[in-house]
Amino acid sequence: MSDGVTVRADVLIIGGGMAAAWAAIAAAKTGASTILVDKGYVGTSGVTATAGPNHWWVPPDPVRRREIIERKWADGFELGDPAWMERIIDITWRTLPDLARYYPFGSDGRGGTYYSGVRGAEYMRALRTYAVAAGARILDHHPATQLLVDQDGAVAGACGHARLTGQDWKIHAPAVIMATGGCAFRSGLIGSHGNSGDGYLLAAEAGAELSGMEFSIQYTVSPAWASTRTLPYGAARYYDARGVEIIQPPRGHAHYQALGAALLEGPVYADLIDAPVELPPILHDIQPFTPPPFVRKGIDMFKQRWPIKLFGEGTIRGNGGLRIVDDMCGTSVTGLYAAGDAATRELVTGAISGGGAVNSAWALSSGQIAGAAAARRGLALRGEAAGKARMAGTVAMHPRLTEQPIDRKAIEADVDHHMNGYQHALWRSEGQLTQSLALLDAHWRMIGDHGRAQGLALVGLRETAAMVATARWCTAAALARKESRGVHVRVDAPGLDPGGNVRLLTGGLDQLWTRPESRSYAEAAE
Amino acid sequence: MIAHIFDDLCNGCNSCVTICPTHVFDAGNSAPVIARPDQCQTCYMCELYCVSDAIYVGPDSHAAEIIDPETIRASGHLGRVRHDHGWDRPDEAGHLDHYRLLGPLLQEGGETAAQRYRALATSRE
Ligand SMILES: Cc1cc2nc3c(=O)[nH]c(=O)nc-3n(C[C@H](O)[C@H](O)[C@H](O)COP(=O)(O)OP(=O)(O)OC[C@H]3O[C@@H](n4cnc5c(N)ncnc54)[C@H](O)[C@@H]3O)c2cc1C
Ligand code: SF4
Ligand code: SF4
Repeated sequence: MSDGVTVRADVLIIGGGMAAAWAAIAAAKTGASTILVDKGYVGTSGVTATAGPNHWWVPPDPVRRREIIERKWADGFELGDPAWMERIIDITWRTLPDLARYYPFGSDGRGGTYYSGVRGAEYMRALRTYAVAAGARILDHHPATQLLVDQDGAVAGACGHARLTGQDWKIHAPAVIMATGGCAFRSGLIGSHGNSGDGYLLAAEAGAELSGMEFSIQYTVSPAWASTRTLPYGAARYYDARGVEIIQPPRGHAHYQALGAALLEGPVYADLIDAPVELPPILHDIQPFTPPPFVRKGIDMFKQRWPIKLFGEGTIRGNGGLRIVDDMCGTSVTGLYAAGDAATRELVTGAISGGGAVNSAWALSSGQIAGAAAARRGLALRGEAAGKARMAGTVAMHPRLTEQPIDRKAIEADVDHHMNGYQHALWRSEGQLTQSLALLDAHWRMIGDHGRAQGLALVGLRETAAMVATARWCTAAALARKESRGVHVRVDAPGLDPGGNVRLLTGGLDQLWTRPESRSYAEAAE
Repeated sequence: MIAHIFDDLCNGCNSCVTICPTHVFDAGNSAPVIARPDQCQTCYMCELYCVSDAIYVGPDSHAAEIIDPETIRASGHLGRVRHDHGWDRPDEAGHLDHYRLLGPLLQEGGETAAQRYRALATSRE
């Protein structure tokens, strides 16, 4: 580690996926000085880059939009907010085509342009170019490790470490956008290694609340040795080790349970003989990253049987995250905004997964909204001298007891097991969840009592701590929601609680808390 | 997992050091060094961004693989990901013209599975 670098900006964006990039574009366009810090490289990091986000795409026909929103609200078990849905549909429809200067949109096959679905690597490359052209400054390999908070409790910037130069950095900014993505607890889900829940931890340390963390059960099926995109597997047949076909509903919790139960018994195999006939010849053209894991193992994915695994998706295609308290994507802390998977997506998808269309429309729109709002605040406060700001980081920085080495690998393996392990995630019950929480609490205490690191090692230890923290919030919320709703399924509380259509908030560091969100922010404002 | 950098193909541009999202490489004297393979997420991005097609990522994301570089060199895998993306032909249009088929193909697969399940469920009754 060497001397720190300190700078000032109007807006600081933490993260480097599509939400962060859309936020940077919106903020920089207003003339606000905008810095984006990403843990990795803007273009390849985050799940956007390895995915191929299809955006919620509904033409501006009021009747059709209303129908779709009403259906979505019901499908989401009444936790969504129709006004937010309408907003993101509209922003997405109006904004995505702006990217045509930088993204080579393909043909729609009818002489027009196909906008809604974009390929991740090209999408992120285009967003990077657009953000830079708009005037944003991008700092790659600059993971944030803690927030700065001023005397009034408002977020005032962040600190972190630049991993390619080995320098620590500090950026003062009166408006900060958290766009650090969701967290899959390092399940191996494609593109998710850097998404360790850092943003939730950093924000919670500054006093932010989370919402919907119980909606964190979602899986993606892939070959056992590598997570890929799932286009080829829609029609897959599955077999147990004896070759007996596993009968399972094609989607939903029962689908995961059937495969999960079989996987707990032994290997499960897939074959793709039922895949659409048009698919094999063009798969490499649509999703060039999908065939190599098979081809390089010498497996013909469409002809042979191969072992599968379910890769946990946590809050990435689950939907919990930082609570949004106003229509500017503000969090419960002044000066801190949230966008993309770092924020709860309950507003737009309710209790079900927003993967497939809604999440990317949310990431784009919340990025645009937060970017513009943060810029307004940043510009308004530009002239004011930066007051004294304290560093809000806690765990892994100031051990309560003697400093001791922390076995990060063992802790991360435990977190993965309790969050993604089929027996835990697919058969949630009071007993299971209580046991998991006790174990996670012990890991949390361990890091808080004894953990301390600096520089690059601090980045890693804070990642471990953030995954433990995220796992604790997910588990506490799952315990508190004593019913089954959407992707949160409790075997000891099947069915809906008639009074359960209320969002559930959680937070706290050493002491966790949960409480229902009693009123919507709109009512609260009246 | 990241397996190998072909020193003789590498032009020393250090792109991979910069673009690897998980900080796997360190700049070296000539070719970069695979410094933190345990952080590799097997995303193939380094192959996509390497204009010299000098990188090989092994298919197994959970474990390091022992590979024979000369077998890999002869296999045709090098540069394949970049070629399939069309990134070796940036001036050519139409790389994403098939992309619109993703949704319909995904839906067709899902429909097939749903029909099969309905048929099985009925036959069991
Ligand atoms: C395989 C797959 C397919 C999907 N397909 C679709 C789809 O078709 N339609 C759809 O709507 N949605 C889809 N989704 C969901 C969609 O991709 C996400 O909702 C969206 O990409 C989220 O963008 P994001 O910017 O919030 O997060 P990400 O793209 O994950 O970005 C998070 C960023 O935060 C950075 N970061 C993390 N910690 C720190 C830190 N401490 N400091 C600095 N930076 C940090 C990371 O480096 C990363 O760049 C899919 C998801 C997956 C996994
Ligand atoms: S990107 Fe390719 S050519 Fe450039 S340093 Fe890395 S391996 Fe060498
Ligand atoms: S496969 Fe991805 S994570 Fe691994 S070295 Fe290459 S770019 Fe880095």
